[in-house]
Amino acid sequence: MATLLSIRGLTKAYPGVVANDDVSFDIDKGEIHALLGENGAGKSTLVKMIFGLVKPDAGEMVLDGAAYTPGKPSDARRAGVAMVFQHFSLFEALDVAENVALGMENPPKPRDLARQIREVSETYGLPLDPTRTVGTLSAGERQRVEIIRCLLQNPRLLIMDEPTSVLTPQEVEILFKTLNKLRAEGTSILYISHKLEEIRALCDTASILRRGKNVATIVPRDVTARQMAELMVGASFDTPAARAGEKGEVLLRTDKLSLPAPGAFGTPLREASLEVRAGEVLGIGGVAGNGQDELLMALSGERLAPAGSIFFKGRDVSRTGPIGRRDAGLLSGPEERLGHAAAPNMSLTENAVLTGARREGLVRGGFIDWGKSKGFAEKVIERFDVRTPGPGTAARALSGGNLQKFVVGREILQNPDVFIVNQPTWGVDAAAAAAIRQALLDLAAQGAAIVVISQDLDELMEISDRFAALNEGRLSPARAVSELDIEKIGLMMGGAHDMEVAHVDS
Amino acid sequence: MIRLEKRPQPSRLWTIVTPLLAVVLTMVVGGIMFALLGKPPLEAIRTIFWDPLFHPQFAGYSRPQLLVKAGPLILIAIGLSIGFKAGIWNIGAEGQYIMGAVCGAAVGLAFYPSESVLLFPLMVVAGALGGWAWAMIPAVLKTRFGTNEILVSLMLVYVAENILASASAGWLRSPEGMGFPGSRNFKQWPAVFNDELVANTGMHWGVVAAFIAVIGAYALMARHIQGFNIRLTGEAPRAARFSGVSPVRIVFLCLGISGALAGMAGLFEVTGPAGQITIDFNSGYGFTAIIVAFLGRLHPVGILLAGLLMALTYIGGELAQLMLGLPGASIQLFQGMLLFFLLATDVFTNYRIRFAKGELA
Repeated sequence: MATLLSIRGLTKAYPGVVANDDVSFDIDKGEIHALLGENGAGKSTLVKMIFGLVKPDAGEMVLDGAAYTPGKPSDARRAGVAMVFQHFSLFEALDVAENVALGMENPPKPRDLARQIREVSETYGLPLDPTRTVGTLSAGERQRVEIIRCLLQNPRLLIMDEPTSVLTPQEVEILFKTLNKLRAEGTSILYISHKLEEIRALCDTASILRRGKNVATIVPRDVTARQMAELMVGASFDTPAARAGEKGEVLLRTDKLSLPAPGAFGTPLREASLEVRAGEVLGIGGVAGNGQDELLMALSGERLAPAGSIFFKGRDVSRTGPIGRRDAGLLSGPEERLGHAAAPNMSLTENAVLTGARREGLVRGGFIDWGKSKGFAEKVIERFDVRTPGPGTAARALSGGNLQKFVVGREILQNPDVFIVNQPTWGVDAAAAAAIRQALLDLAAQGAAIVVISQDLDELMEISDRFAALNEGRLSPARAVSELDIEKIGLMMGGAHDMEVAHVDS
Repeated sequence: MIRLEKRPQPSRLWTIVTPLLAVVLTMVVGGIMFALLGKPPLEAIRTIFWDPLFHPQFAGYSRPQLLVKAGPLILIAIGLSIGFKAGIWNIGAEGQYIMGAVCGAAVGLAFYPSESVLLFPLMVVAGALGGWAWAMIPAVLKTRFGTNEILVSLMLVYVAENILASASAGWLRSPEGMGFPGSRNFKQWPAVFNDELVANTGMHWGVVAAFIAVIGAYALMARHIQGFNIRLTGEAPRAARFSGVSPVRIVFLCLGISGALAGMAGLFEVTGPAGQITIDFNSGYGFTAIIVAFLGRLHPVGILLAGLLMALTYIGGELAQLMLGLPGASIQLFQGMLLFFLLATDVFTNYRIRFAKGELA
């Protein structure tokens, strides 16, 4: 097959770190090429150079035989390179067609554009109504808006950054069909993902980055997911040990927990009932934006629930705030690391005080014992292998994965009786994710009850005893993981609706 | 090409350097302004910054003024800085300052001509309560109805000014004042006169209170859990809620502290340097204190130094008006420049400049 984009020795250094070091590989015409790597391996920088957002220090790119040096994204788009970002840049108050028009250099007339959107969405099997307001769309539908915006420009190379992280299994299937169709038409796709099984199923070749270097280019079908993971981290790592054990008494129970949506685009909780026992891990799956954040805030006490809906060790804690719940032994870890679980500009020591103040005895007579607080922060750093110069470092200076280890470790070291955590390994590299999962399992083995809210189904299957799914603020009954398969999970996540119905009427 | 690059963490060095840099830039640009006004720039700057303290003829009078002016500025700015740290923007300290003075004076005058030693402390408490109560209005409206505390507190300044006018012309008017507006003069009532504690230093009870406030604020913000909660609320409101901090309580706490301190400042002023409630009693300390708070980096020690510096520009400005005939507005402009340059150089605390070769597209 002919080469579309040839990357030759791309190098980019930032102060203190070489993000890309002499990276070379080729993307053929009509192939899906995976880009794999841990967080901080340099995937984003590489992609930004291809898309004209960052200028390389050295190296060159050749696109279809001609030198390719995009100075800005519009150059890249003109050359036929389009990109779907992980975080969508859409205006919620505008409709689909308006959003698409905003991203185009010369948008056609609204009526023509709507027709084109319909055509493309039918051709590629991406159901989408151009007149819908984006605020009412699911994450999967929003992604379609971004994809269609790219496809309208007839790209030769489509870059997709972690596209499946927000999708249900069924939506993933639809996306894969679209991508396969694009490949068949000769479009090349650069596909960035953490999910190794997915890459094995979809991609023709994969380039693996480690610490900015391209360590291997492989054919994913020929190797196992584990081999790929080990190439990524450059070492072998432990998978969490499966455990069996007696489950104890019910520690946390919610009874038809309902809460109105916190804001215009939030999700209300609708009669969510769950219970979790000592020594048990309850996994809660679901597509992003179906009430995960809201559930965590209700359980942590940030938002108070109506009396009689949340019980901790049989005691009604619905009207107890975060401090009271923490004192009782109910701890939590929110999804958003910067700004929610941690204050970005404050040091790790200060962030240790954020939740550890009372349980760790860091405050005496209203005054903070900074020495002791620093000690606690150092303990978290050491036990959870947080890579940082020290506890005086600002939280925002840590990489996502390291900060995640810190905020999860901070709660685990406080020996909770119940620990609720949202997206515990989001954006964390494979080795660190395994360590965090193991820590959660160890905590359960010591008799704690754990609720893990996650969008990573593999993770939930690996560590949960029982699984429930959130769909538009409703929580499905929990089922033992051993009796589930991917099909059943998909149906639970879709609220047991059939896909098309869910999308047209929701 | 010049680019700004975000620092991984705020630079400590620049946190200290920026106020000094701002002062230097203000001197340079201020000097240019004075030159354009046809005045000798170096002499003008020397008159503002040096003569008030060391001029052989005037310093004797102006040196005590330094503490007299700095006292209320520091006291108010300390209160404001606590709120600013939490992201609560009390712009109406001027109003709270007036209400503190009016309430405290009214309580004192109700007991005229008592000679009790308890009266002055009682007036201080009444002054603090007056300022506190005035600050509670934006607090209640913000927490109950989600109004913006910037607008409400600012507009209440003008309400307070009208109350001040009616007090000095009506219900607090001195019965022995021959019908002129203005209350009785506290300087002629030794039991409550807030006189200099040490002659010719300008040191009165308000200055003492300001120093205590500096130490108290330092302990609160650096060591106490409430201070930590205040900073946390300003840095990351969601993280604060996650930690268990009630945003409503922080609003009441911060507005309460700043209102009470501003009210106290008003009381010390009316019983001391001002001497009586008059229609033009307030002289803008409440607004200037905002500059002092930022110039001092919202840090208690910084505010102490900034308050002294600001007081110096006040006294020096008056001196410059007197000696060089500089217009009063140019002095205000000069003070405004200080805040302007501070905010502008502030960017270097979180960003650094990179000089890069021009990138060809």
